[in-house]
Amino acid sequence: MKRNKVALSGVALLGLGGILLAGCASGDGGSSDGGNGAGDAIVTTNGTEPQNPLIPTNTNEVGGGKILDSIFSGLISYNADGSVENEVAESITVDSPTQLTVKIKEGLTFTDGEEVTADNFIKAWNYGAALDNQQLSSYFFEDIEGFSWDENVEELSGLQQVDDYTFTITLNKPATDFAQRLGYSAFYPLPDVAFEDMEAFGESPIGNGPYKLASEDAWVHDEGISLVVNEDYEGPREPQNDGLDIRFYASQDAAYADLLSGELDVLDQIPEAALETYQDELGDNWVNQPAAIFQSFTIPEYLPHFEGEEGVLRRQAISMAINRKEITEVIFQGTRTPASDFTSPVIDGWSEELEGAEVLEYNPERAQELWAEADAISPWEGSFQIAYNSDGGHQGWVDAVTNSIAGTLGIDASGAPYPDFAGLREQVTNRTITTAFRTGWQADYPGLYNFLGPLYATNAGSNDGDYSNPEFDDLLSQGISSADPAEANELFQQAQEILLQDLPATPLWYSNVTGGWADTVDNVEFGWNSVPLHYNITKG
Amino acid sequence: MATYILRRILQVIPVFLGATLLIYFMVFAMPGDPIAALFGDKQPPPQLLEQIRARYLLDQPFIVQYLNYLGGILRLDFGVGFNGQPVIETLARTFPVTLRLAIMAVALAFVLAIVIGVTSALLKGTIYDHLMLIVALLFVAVPVFVVAFAAQFFLGVQLGWFKPTVGADNDWGGLWLPAIVLAFSIYATMMRLTRASTIETLQQDWVRTAYGKGLSRSRIIPVHVLRNSMIPMVTDTASQFGVLMVGATVTEGIFNVPGVGNQLYTAIIKHETPTVVSFVTIFVVVYVLINLLVDLLYGLLDPRIRYVK
Repeated sequence: MKRNKVALSGVALLGLGGILLAGCASGDGGSSDGGNGAGDAIVTTNGTEPQNPLIPTNTNEVGGGKILDSIFSGLISYNADGSVENEVAESITVDSPTQLTVKIKEGLTFTDGEEVTADNFIKAWNYGAALDNQQLSSYFFEDIEGFSWDENVEELSGLQQVDDYTFTITLNKPATDFAQRLGYSAFYPLPDVAFEDMEAFGESPIGNGPYKLASEDAWVHDEGISLVVNEDYEGPREPQNDGLDIRFYASQDAAYADLLSGELDVLDQIPEAALETYQDELGDNWVNQPAAIFQSFTIPEYLPHFEGEEGVLRRQAISMAINRKEITEVIFQGTRTPASDFTSPVIDGWSEELEGAEVLEYNPERAQELWAEADAISPWEGSFQIAYNSDGGHQGWVDAVTNSIAGTLGIDASGAPYPDFAGLREQVTNRTITTAFRTGWQADYPGLYNFLGPLYATNAGSNDGDYSNPEFDDLLSQGISSADPAEANELFQQAQEILLQDLPATPLWYSNVTGGWADTVDNVEFGWNSVPLHYNITKG
Repeated sequence: MATYILRRILQVIPVFLGATLLIYFMVFAMPGDPIAALFGDKQPPPQLLEQIRARYLLDQPFIVQYLNYLGGILRLDFGVGFNGQPVIETLARTFPVTLRLAIMAVALAFVLAIVIGVTSALLKGTIYDHLMLIVALLFVAVPVFVVAFAAQFFLGVQLGWFKPTVGADNDWGGLWLPAIVLAFSIYATMMRLTRASTIETLQQDWVRTAYGKGLSRSRIIPVHVLRNSMIPMVTDTASQFGVLMVGATVTEGIFNVPGVGNQLYTAIIKHETPTVVSFVTIFVVVYVLINLLVDLLYGLLDPRIRYVK
């Protein structure tokens, strides 16, 4: 009899134990909601777990960037349309294409009370640039005099403090758009306390932005981070709500379910599965507009039949064999905008009337003619493939594009899937890839040069196809040395007309930002970088 | 008994070494450059790549990396992820969440399976029995992600009975919806097993003897029949528990549960070797320990099963 009881209770342990525990603990289930009681106009929005500690120079992805942009203020900030406004800066003067003088406002503070001075910028940038610190965004400082990839540099010689509120930036090559870059998170200032223990600082950063962490342990890994208004903030981004509760989601689908059920106020990316229905489900509360993201595929010059004159003809033929309009509508439900240049419509200086842009229009007859011309130089053989990472949802459009090419040119064309992004990037980096491959660019700052210089200048960092054209390089460097923005844009457009001839990458489309919000919030506006202007959102 | 337990626990050591070596090698052999992928579509400067690779020993040969990892484990240092977070902290944060979810799911399925399994056995051949069979077959036939999405949409979004996702609310109270979904995915086998094994036991001579002795039904069924039908049940429950600990990835993704499934998935995508190996190794150990627990439970259920040397 006794043994029976032992036996049964032993078995039931697994079962009942769980139930009992479940019962006991569910009582305090509501306490972990993360609410801080500071006010009820806390806007809940989606995010992802930052991939790195929250150090401005070490964050190069959206999840962490969204938080940093809320808790830090840079010298300038970007408006929704990408135009620039001074934030911490009193003035930024471009003295020459290689020299800037920055004057900052007096009396601004970090949330721990320390005053923001020129020194906070210089120290933070020196930290970000030093090779030994291995900061992911260190390349943002490579234009500053003294920067080196070969040895550790503790202090950049190009950064000189003039007085407490003034410093100069000397560049090692002309870059008149440098002032425009200064709103990017890599250029945020750091308080002195950061340098005592950078790792601890990254867990619980102290900034000077419109928001601050609700408490020291406000960042709950994998769950979310809660921000409250920084009462001491003075600047153009004055919060219109009581705070932000950024919740981390592993999938956009889960976030969308929360939006529909009223658990979430703002979602900045509609999941693919809902693209067909979101406009009905959200009433008027959605947005679908071009963003600063350019998508393309690259046919490297070293592939057989793609060099010289023959290569140019074939690239043009392939480009004109793609029905971009139909693919963006059918595959992407209108959430991509067919490309008409190499930049993005949200960037000042974008144009859809560049000379030679007809190469981006669907024109099967012309494509066949060009292909035949190339065949006359050397007959085509083999198959044409576009490599993509199959973990990124690219299969649909790659299949459509290659079908379009195959159908128009009468050749064998198909996609070449790689299991993951790392595998594809390795082959691209090592130049061992033997097919065309997908490429893309998301702007770091709203300037035309950012879409061109890093990608197509000779020996540039992200020049995956090893493109080199002296004429293009020349126009690019003229543009970047020009102090007049209109003139610079003019030169960049001329440079792009060369790209439209050579097609170092085949432009496909610009990604749109698709987002939605609940009836609980108003004034939701998305910025040039696809992130909502959180400070503007009102609730209740 | 004590020596038996000790021997079983010592068996964990070779399992541990074998598992870590194998998994470490598999992640090592995965094609692709994880550090380059940290930079997205942008090309990182090669000097910076080298520095970061050196920090994670990725420039070293396999055996050096592996021995270094093992050495770390002896000092209870499970390495750091690419985000600078110690793997042990990630593990300590996510493991309890998945454990809670698995316990709730298994407990729900277990109780439901016993009640319905035994009643089906007693009412063998009736409409009730057939109905329960059909319901169980439905649960087996529909893939878990379909059930999950349907539950999320109807019970969460439409009816509002549950929050559609878990997120920060991941203590016992917040995990009901994914737990119910997971319980359904394992319920059917457990129920059918209980039913079959109960029917078998009911036909045993000693059950008839018990009735003959005049014992009441309310005593015979729970004590004599149930206890003896338990062994296959317990084995199955334990292995289901192991499966849930490891395999809740899909459900965790759909319900945004910050558990090991989600972490492991992203770690594999990122080729984060220390995270992947440590997580999988813990699974192996958990699995081994659960099986040990099951073997010990047999002795309690059926005194004829004894572990004597």
